[in-house]
Amino acid sequence: MDLNEERAQQWRADLRNEIKTKDRTAKTRVHMPELDAEYRSHTRVEEVNLGLTPEMAMAEAQRCIDCANPTCMEGCPVGIYIPKFVKQIEVGDFLGAAKTLKETSALPAVCGRVCPQEKQCEAKCIHVKMNKPAVAIGHLERFAADYERESGQISVPEVATPNGMKIAVVGSGPAGLSFAGDMAKMGYDVTVYEALHEIGGVLKYGIPEFRLPNAIVDVEIENLRSMGVKFITNCIIGKTISIDDLKEEGFKGVFVASGAGLPRFMNIKGENFVGVMSSNEYLTRVNLMDAASADSDTPVFLGKHVAVIGGGNTAMDSVRTARRLGASRAMIIYRRTEEEMPARLEEVKHAKEEGIEFMTLRNPIEFKGNEQGRVTEMVLQVMELGEPDASGRRAPVEVPGKTETIEVDEVIVSVGVSPNPLIPQSVIGLEVTKWGTIVVDQDSMQTDIPMIFAGGDIVRGGATVILAMGDGRKAAAAMDKWIKEKN
Amino acid sequence: MNKIISKEYFSANVVKFEVEAPLIAKSRKAGHFVMVKVGEKGERIPLTIADADLQKGTITLVVQKMGVSSTKLCDLNEGDFITDMVGPLGKATHIEKFGTVVCACGGVGTAPMLPIVAALKEAGNKVITVIAARTKELIILEEQMKQYSDEVIVMTDDGSYGNKGLVTNGVEMVINREKVDLCVTIGPAIMMKFVSLLTKKYELPTVASLNTIMVDGTGMCGACRVSIGGKTKFVCVDGPEFDAHLVDFDEMLMRLGGYKDIEREELEKLSCASGARK
Repeated sequence: MDLNEERAQQWRADLRNEIKTKDRTAKTRVHMPELDAEYRSHTRVEEVNLGLTPEMAMAEAQRCIDCANPTCMEGCPVGIYIPKFVKQIEVGDFLGAAKTLKETSALPAVCGRVCPQEKQCEAKCIHVKMNKPAVAIGHLERFAADYERESGQISVPEVATPNGMKIAVVGSGPAGLSFAGDMAKMGYDVTVYEALHEIGGVLKYGIPEFRLPNAIVDVEIENLRSMGVKFITNCIIGKTISIDDLKEEGFKGVFVASGAGLPRFMNIKGENFVGVMSSNEYLTRVNLMDAASADSDTPVFLGKHVAVIGGGNTAMDSVRTARRLGASRAMIIYRRTEEEMPARLEEVKHAKEEGIEFMTLRNPIEFKGNEQGRVTEMVLQVMELGEPDASGRRAPVEVPGKTETIEVDEVIVSVGVSPNPLIPQSVIGLEVTKWGTIVVDQDSMQTDIPMIFAGGDIVRGGATVILAMGDGRKAAAAMDKWIKEKN
Repeated sequence: MNKIISKEYFSANVVKFEVEAPLIAKSRKAGHFVMVKVGEKGERIPLTIADADLQKGTITLVVQKMGVSSTKLCDLNEGDFITDMVGPLGKATHIEKFGTVVCACGGVGTAPMLPIVAALKEAGNKVITVIAARTKELIILEEQMKQYSDEVIVMTDDGSYGNKGLVTNGVEMVINREKVDLCVTIGPAIMMKFVSLLTKKYELPTVASLNTIMVDGTGMCGACRVSIGGKTKFVCVDGPEFDAHLVDFDEMLMRLGGYKDIEREELEKLSCASGARK
């Protein structure tokens, strides 16, 4: 059934007539219940957003006018049938809504939490054109996925008859999982290889518990397992086994989704003092290795004056983690103003509520340390906004001679990452850009080695969970087509 | 999960393990390392591969009890499983015919030197191996080294075995005696620092294999970063071997000590816990 036929179904037509459009648009947007800010700034594992109640979700779903031309879907990189699942929520068919989500998304409970909906589906919502807040599509997505999980009646998407063709996926982050889900649905025999000891990639090592609990990621992974996807941890393609080994074992295609790797540093004096680290290191210690728990062998510094450099979501995750781990001063140091910050508005708002200090128009120029090599101070150059740069944002320029020195005992550098070099280093003939990202055909995600497709941060350099998932879906469709044409 | 096939004590604090890991055994080369984690809540630590047996599908690791994680690993026995192990990681040692090579190793650094000595010998080099330790009991793998080296020089701090003196004394003796084309050094950072200072004086090209703190070991965290000729490099993906004369050893030593205080507390907890068990 196509989208128009779906929309023309009797129950949808009846539902549209139940409430007048102007009454739907007049309703106020639901407010996501949150954990108290003071309480949550001391608890590391409890989620900030508490989720909607069924009543709240049904009321919010009524705001959607079930447009004939649902522009919201254009804003979704994985093409979720948004009006359909929203209307299913409106009539109380929550399990049906969850099923709809899973038709196109392997990770709805994840996306409902971490997607920047305000820049995607919700940005294209008809309400926005009417100068009203968008339908809370993200909150509703999370609600449906959570409802299904908590109901214990988890549906497994329909899987085509096995075609016996083996496909390998390199990396178990959002791109890899999304690809694996789609290929499994088409009947392929999918094996996901993961370098770390845990499945989930950035969803496990990067995004903290208070934003995305690991247990929720695990449920989505279990769902893929029940669709027949196999997972192998502690195995690095290109190191432990080669792409040629995979070919010999009969694999017909490889999807490389090895993610972002090497953290970037600023190359300023004192950057290698003890206590200065990348956000990848800090978050991996706390999230993947559970270093803040007493029973974990991995150590982590519990800084009192923690400065996080950067203005993205990873910077917010790091600074809010530091606050939860006992920092009396947890600071964001950003060289532009809040307006230019790439982080989601919700993250910035949450951070402020939790007592994070925002030191904008400041750029670190030097770290100072004590005799043991521990960082103790940081020198900041005061900046002001000048003319717009290539990115269209006003470029920060130094205010000559104006610096500040602040006391710090831990510094987390969150100024971006370069692609993971392992695959580009080990696959001979694979075309990469000068930044180390893998070159692919934009439409098919195919590399210059026909059996290898790639997506996510290894192609994009550094993007979001949902864009990586979109790549995974695109690559799955294209690889399926390529394999069928070849045979 | 990787099964421990055999365990042998080189000394009270140094253990040699043969571990089942057929895929790693097949793909590893001299100079590669693995990341190892013991227990669900264990720490990921890097260990250089000392040897591999393709028939048995095993790799050899030599571990010295230092902190919590290495102690937990050394406490495992034959038949036990290492919870997680991944590799081979890092870049393999660059092997070619250089001429005469001095391999200077100390402590457990002698173990990962063994495959390098073997590979250098096979490539047609004259290999002189200097093994150093504090005292006689801590000298390991001397017999195996003799198999592949043209000459093995043993140095002990206390003179209880071989020549009395440091590894640098042994290396300098060779340099003064004959023309040397390359020096390779593996051992404690402080030892490599002094080997590097010595060979720099003689303008002898030197490669050092660095063992820094790592979390993931796959190029993601940056904990292992070192300054090489003033540039930041990652030991896990750019190394572990670097031109020793470009390594900022003082900075590396400082960073290695970063978690010393936390580590000491954890070790005390561990010894209390095992004391309670007894």
